[in-house]
Amino acid sequence: MSNSMRTPLGRVRGLGSAKEGINHFMKQRASAIALVFLVPWMIYNIVLIACCHEDAAARFEAANAFLTSPLNAIFALIAIGASLYHMRLGIQVVIEDYIHASGTKIFLLLLNSFVTIGLFAIAFYSVFTVAA
Amino acid sequence: MAGQGWTDKRPMSPHLQIWKFHPTMLSSILHRATGVANAVGVAMIVGWLFAVASGPEAFAGYDAFFSSIFGMIILFGFTVSIFYHFANGIRHLIWDAGKGFDPNTANLWSIFSLVFGVLGAVALWAAILMQG
Ligand code: HEM
Repeated sequence: MSNSMRTPLGRVRGLGSAKEGINHFMKQRASAIALVFLVPWMIYNIVLIACCHEDAAARFEAANAFLTSPLNAIFALIAIGASLYHMRLGIQVVIEDYIHASGTKIFLLLLNSFVTIGLFAIAFYSVFTVAA
Repeated sequence: MAGQGWTDKRPMSPHLQIWKFHPTMLSSILHRATGVANAVGVAMIVGWLFAVASGPEAFAGYDAFFSSIFGMIILFGFTVSIFYHFANGIRHLIWDAGKGFDPNTANLWSIFSLVFGVLGAVALWAAILMQG
């Protein structure tokens, strides 16, 4: 008994590991690998739209033209989706590291998830509206 | 122990007052800081997509804000943040492959990420501003 690393409660429950120990870690890496490609693509296209046009009206046209292409619209949503997924995981760790009062922590973790979903809904609506 | 203070004279593990500054420490802090800044940046991009979807007037307003000096300073900061996090994120992935842990390599990468973040952003903005 004394040489077991498990807590008494854990032993009584006998459930073993939930096998989720590296789940969060792997999701953060998977999204990071995708972002290595998606972020430069997104930044490149935003810069092209933002930099090389006369005025706001021309930039508006350029942004529309960009999102009207199905491939661009799809990849823009993938890029935003992967960023938001990665962001939610990352901010979750920051909250867990610094906020220890359980009420505040749960509140912020929920807020993190809701903001992420809200941003994705706005992005989806926007890209869909322009592309359709 | 409570209220008696710490009597052991030996250094406690990582502590701000006894930790000598080193590059990997800085790069670690900056990875977190830029991760949080990137979250704000992604929200700005989603806002931009929403502005495109909301029509020319809404877009002109959004465009005007980010064309102002204040707006451009924010965008420049976001550019540094994304470049730094990108370079240092790739280093994280290399670490995950079990490579790059010896102190010299690790310190060099830290400095490289920082230089890449700042010079990359300056170069991109120089190119954008020269376009007019
Ligand atoms: C450019 C491509 C990107 C790569 C290669 C990348 C890579 C990574 C990696 C490997 C980590 C884990 C670091 C750790 O475990 O300590 C991480 C953390 C994080 N990333 Fe990214 N990332 C990228 C883009 C982004 C974007 C666009 C955002 C914002 C939406 C973001 C926000 C974060 C946050 C908040 C963390 C957590 C920081 C922490 O725990 O200290 N990253 N990133």
